[in-house]
Amino acid sequence: MNWKVGVVASTRRETASGRSIVLDVPGWGGNIAGQHTDVRLTAPNGYTAVRSYSVASAGVGDRIELAVDRLPTGEVSPYLVDTLREGDEIELRGPLGGWFVWTPQQTESVQLIGGGSGIVPLMAMIRSHEAAGSTAPFRLLYSVRTPLDAFFRAELESPSAHLEVTWIFTRHAPSGWSRPAGRITAADVEAHGFPAAVSPTVFVCGPTGFVETVATALVALGHEPQRVKTERFGGA
Amino acid sequence: MGEHLDGNALAGPLSDLFTFDPTTASARCGGCGDISVLARAMVYGEPDTFIVRCANCDDVLMTIVQAPDRFCIELRGMTWLKIPR
Repeated sequence: MNWKVGVVASTRRETASGRSIVLDVPGWGGNIAGQHTDVRLTAPNGYTAVRSYSVASAGVGDRIELAVDRLPTGEVSPYLVDTLREGDEIELRGPLGGWFVWTPQQTESVQLIGGGSGIVPLMAMIRSHEAAGSTAPFRLLYSVRTPLDAFFRAELESPSAHLEVTWIFTRHAPSGWSRPAGRITAADVEAHGFPAAVSPTVFVCGPTGFVETVATALVALGHEPQRVKTERFGGA
Repeated sequence: MGEHLDGNALAGPLSDLFTFDPTTASARCGGCGDISVLARAMVYGEPDTFIVRCANCDDVLMTIVQAPDRFCIELRGMTWLKIPR
């Protein structure tokens, strides 16, 4: 697939370590919710680095939104989060991946479970669901360290009628929050997720350890492994 | 190394070589016979080397090495690959 040149249209700070980036990418041609893109940076000496990022937007057209969390030892994410400015160009290859996707033709219940910036492809699904006027029941479990670490917080605090959002705080919960801060457990998935009897399609995205904990819990709760789709991201 | 990803990470690199989407292609593991889409495989060692392991038995399905002047792909761990069209 050919590399395309994207121009930064705008950026928005999401958290202390992350931001969203809106790009105009001539030739992109739209994407399905959940797809990703590769981003290539080239240094003046010709050294290149390529990393994958999920797309937070869905639908037709050449304008896309990415959301990126800065990894302290990363080669690409610090540039995207701290340096890239409106009008700058980066190279992209995509849309990529036809497996970890949701389309508005799907009418079954959908359980989304995201950790940290793992919300990004799930956000595309939430936006696609809302834009299409879908009445498929959606539930989101979103695990973040603290309320300030949430991407797309304002959007997720006023969800549409067919979306229920449950927050899981792993380090600090707001005062008065009934669940003490701590990592997601099978009990959280059982208490707030669709039961296996509903046969939801489940999308799990986050760091590798998070995804494996959640996927194991889902299967133990009786979810068909074939209905559980996972996407891991690393810290490289 | 250490922390692994999954077959979703293969979509970009393999798009340089193949016209099909590797994440939706199914492979049969030569070790245990498990049949699964490549998106479900475990992927180690990115960004320039991908060791793709069966999620069921951990045998190596496929190895991809990207160098500036060539790709090397080894596929001995899978008995077949089924590609939707």
